[in-house]
Amino acid sequence: MGDALISMTNTTLLLQVVLIPALAPLFVGVIRKMKAIMQNRHGASIVQPYRELRKLFTKEEIVSEDSSFIFLIAPFIVFAVTLVLGAMVPLFGLPAPLAGHGDLLTFISLVALAAFFLALSGLDAGGAFGGMGSSREMTIASMTEAGVLFSFLPVAFLAASADLSLMAERTGEFTGSGLVALLIALGGFFIALLAENARYPFDNPSTHLELTMVHEAMILEYSGRRLALMEWAAANKLFLFAIVGVQLFIPWMPAWAATAPLIALVAGLKIGLLAFAIAFVESTIAKLRYFRLPDLLLSSFMLGVIALILAAF
Amino acid sequence: MILSTGQLILTGLMAFAAGAIGSFLFRGRGSVSHLWATIAASLGSLALLAAAIDTLLSYETFTAILPVPSNLMSFSVRLDDLGAIFLAIISLVSLLASIYGYSYLNRHTPSAGKANVGIFLNVFLASMPLVILANDAIAFLISWEIMSLASYFLVVSDHREEGNVRAGFIYFVMTHIATAALLVMFMLLFRETGSFDFDAYRSFGPLISEGTAIAVVLLALVGFGTKAGIIPFHIWLPGAHPAAPSHISALMSGVMIKTGIYMLIRVCFEFFPTLPSWFGLLVLAIGSVSAVLGVLYALAEHDLKRLLAFHSIENIGIILIGLGTALVFHAAGNDGLALLGLGAALFHTINHAIFKSLLFLSAGSVVAATHSRNIESYGGLIRTMPVTATFFLVGSIAISGIIPFNGFASEWLTFQSLFGGMVVLDVTERIAVAIAAASLALTAGLAAACFVKAFGITFLARPRSDAARNAKECGYGMRIPMVVLGLLALVLGVFGGPAALVFIAIAASLPIFATTGLSIDLAGAGNLSVLGGFGTIDAFAIAGALALALLVTAAIFALGGKERRRIAPTWACGALPLSPRMEITATAFSRAIITIFGGVLKPTKQTTLEYHDERMRYFPKYHAVDMHLDDLFMRFIYGPIARGVLACARIVAKTQSGNTHLYLLYVVAMLAILLAWAMH
Repeated sequence: MGDALISMTNTTLLLQVVLIPALAPLFVGVIRKMKAIMQNRHGASIVQPYRELRKLFTKEEIVSEDSSFIFLIAPFIVFAVTLVLGAMVPLFGLPAPLAGHGDLLTFISLVALAAFFLALSGLDAGGAFGGMGSSREMTIASMTEAGVLFSFLPVAFLAASADLSLMAERTGEFTGSGLVALLIALGGFFIALLAENARYPFDNPSTHLELTMVHEAMILEYSGRRLALMEWAAANKLFLFAIVGVQLFIPWMPAWAATAPLIALVAGLKIGLLAFAIAFVESTIAKLRYFRLPDLLLSSFMLGVIALILAAF
Repeated sequence: MILSTGQLILTGLMAFAAGAIGSFLFRGRGSVSHLWATIAASLGSLALLAAAIDTLLSYETFTAILPVPSNLMSFSVRLDDLGAIFLAIISLVSLLASIYGYSYLNRHTPSAGKANVGIFLNVFLASMPLVILANDAIAFLISWEIMSLASYFLVVSDHREEGNVRAGFIYFVMTHIATAALLVMFMLLFRETGSFDFDAYRSFGPLISEGTAIAVVLLALVGFGTKAGIIPFHIWLPGAHPAAPSHISALMSGVMIKTGIYMLIRVCFEFFPTLPSWFGLLVLAIGSVSAVLGVLYALAEHDLKRLLAFHSIENIGIILIGLGTALVFHAAGNDGLALLGLGAALFHTINHAIFKSLLFLSAGSVVAATHSRNIESYGGLIRTMPVTATFFLVGSIAISGIIPFNGFASEWLTFQSLFGGMVVLDVTERIAVAIAAASLALTAGLAAACFVKAFGITFLARPRSDAARNAKECGYGMRIPMVVLGLLALVLGVFGGPAALVFIAIAASLPIFATTGLSIDLAGAGNLSVLGGFGTIDAFAIAGALALALLVTAAIFALGGKERRRIAPTWACGALPLSPRMEITATAFSRAIITIFGGVLKPTKQTTLEYHDERMRYFPKYHAVDMHLDDLFMRFIYGPIARGVLACARIVAKTQSGNTHLYLLYVVAMLAILLAWAMH
């Protein structure tokens, strides 16, 4: 590899680390707009999430007198984890900056690290909502982990690697039963994505005061800049899961997409498709009763198992 | 080294002996006895730690005959790399627990007194290394029994609480059932080989017929498994570990139960290197069940130390998953992957010893400050006890298998061996390892939920009792051991790659793996790659990236200019100020998970409701909800057995009337039978 190419690669990689947090609010804005259109509303502009973040960043913060340093540091950890994950996921068809340094288990563990501190921050202020939110979050998260792992595994076995970048690189070569396994695993992953990111039918991302809320209940005590970090981190996480979903499970890339901008365009379209899927789900189905959620998570896991049987048996 | 390995071992054992005898002699003066016991225990542990490190660094197996003043038996001693790593972790935790115990007992003296704890602590600390060192059955059984008895006396050292005595009794019974199984096992081995020497088992084990071999390993699984706390032989563990003083709980949960794992490895990989595949699958199944049920029972628990004890069952399960895959791979002839599984089991054994001791020590600090083990009566302790809280948090993250602490490193390695199994094994075995992988993923998720509960309800929000409100942070004597263990948890996590390699190398030092090549590479600084590049991990790089990302986050945060922060009460929907009773409780936190897993856990709920006016049921006067888990093992396994034994005893008791004439009749009848038999 020539020096010029290496430096170009490095720039691209650096760009990736910046690009994911930069585009994540847009992704959320696009989903909200799609939902609005499907529900016959005008909806806010797709850049509204940026405006909200800017507003929160300049606002005064109110911190509960009952909270501890956990409440103060949790937003930093939760946000930093999404930055690291941003360096782990394959985005441009090139190996991610952290490729080879962490595999799918690292990905899952980092997600768990963020969930751990998010749940602790919900408990910290001692409010009745925060505690319930944390309890629900950990209940859902504990059962989603197996679903995420088992939707990744068939792809990993077919690609003969558990490294996200290598998996993304090799899914394009899958044929026959491999593709079927991939599609089934996508189903499992999509359910896990909804659960991990507090979307319908697990949680309602657009409500702020409802007894059934999960994610919003945990961050209820946050305000100002720390709330901005939490909201931004949530957007990052959703965007990251969408990228992983697209890069790992929807490998289709047309022959004419040969240059980097074109690849980025196709990738963007695919992510847009996933955004549409999320918006469609949220506009058409009702939120599930809390004790029905384990069934759905079990089906996510079972889809992964079926895909695994197709892939590795 | 100035002293040889043998001299170090002898020094250590003599220090423990001096500690026990000294604290016995000074028992009238508690504080002198206590100081003496602590110094002796620390010095003894230090000497044995040096001996273990010496052996690990020298790549030599140390053998000797301990001078026992008796002609009837020998006490042959052997320390190879496998023994040395167990000895190292035992003596390290012993050292830290002894230092911690000095301050802890000064704050929280058990009813038996500090002197008694000092005596049995030294005996206990001497017995665990002896179990590891013993190289013949008699020496082993004696050490094993001393270990069980010393720990029993430590469990009941606080007999003010009635529950502790009962917990001690169950421990006493279960540990002797285990010893009985081991006695039969060694008798079988003696019948087959004519020797009590472990070396004889090493050479003749492979020649023993398969039926006997199976009987021996199954007995080993019962005997050593009971000590390790596997389900369904675990019933003593959640009672006994919390009853002991906290540094003893750390020793029991952190290292004593590992002696069971150690001996299982000896029996399954050294004495009987050719076990059938189904035995490996059995171990794998027991491991998976123990892991999942252990963590589920922990979730239902609101006694902080019992919760930690249930997590020991969970982690023993994870260790057995590694061991089981190793056995299955070895039976399938794939020794490269067997090494991966065994290395993972060893790694997790050490990691669990570290974070579980850390958790028990920090829990002990909470118990000493609040005089309660009930999580519901804590709350807000992070403000009064920030150091304890920080190290409990470190332990919580580590035990939940979250990067960058050590629990992640060994669970990662265990997963890799399971992934390897999903590719190379036969279909039945492949399904088994896939199920084990699913249980492991579920276990890790549930453990994180349980420790959010344990940490959050204990340390966060508002205090729910006066004891919690006025709690005082522990002294330096208790902090230093926690700091050491916390740092170890971080170092073994961040350098998980090289550490994993060390444990796999120790596994490879076993004779059956003498010709096996390592299927593992270490590329660059700590980048571990297994299964031919299938799995790669570089916890060092990830931890570095996390640190960098935190700096970047702080920089982004600082971009907003000067921070304006106001302190205000927690939002209460505009209602009255929030009282501590409005916080979520430990019971409420885990209720959803318990309901979801109600099929296995069988939760019971009893509601008592009284009204002011019985006819007009609008205004309740009194409302109580009592929630429990049915102890299924007690009810369906141990309860019927205990009742059966009692029923038999009652029948036998009828023969004991106390009438001398009746006993004379028995003697005559027995004589007649014997005579008849002799003449026949």
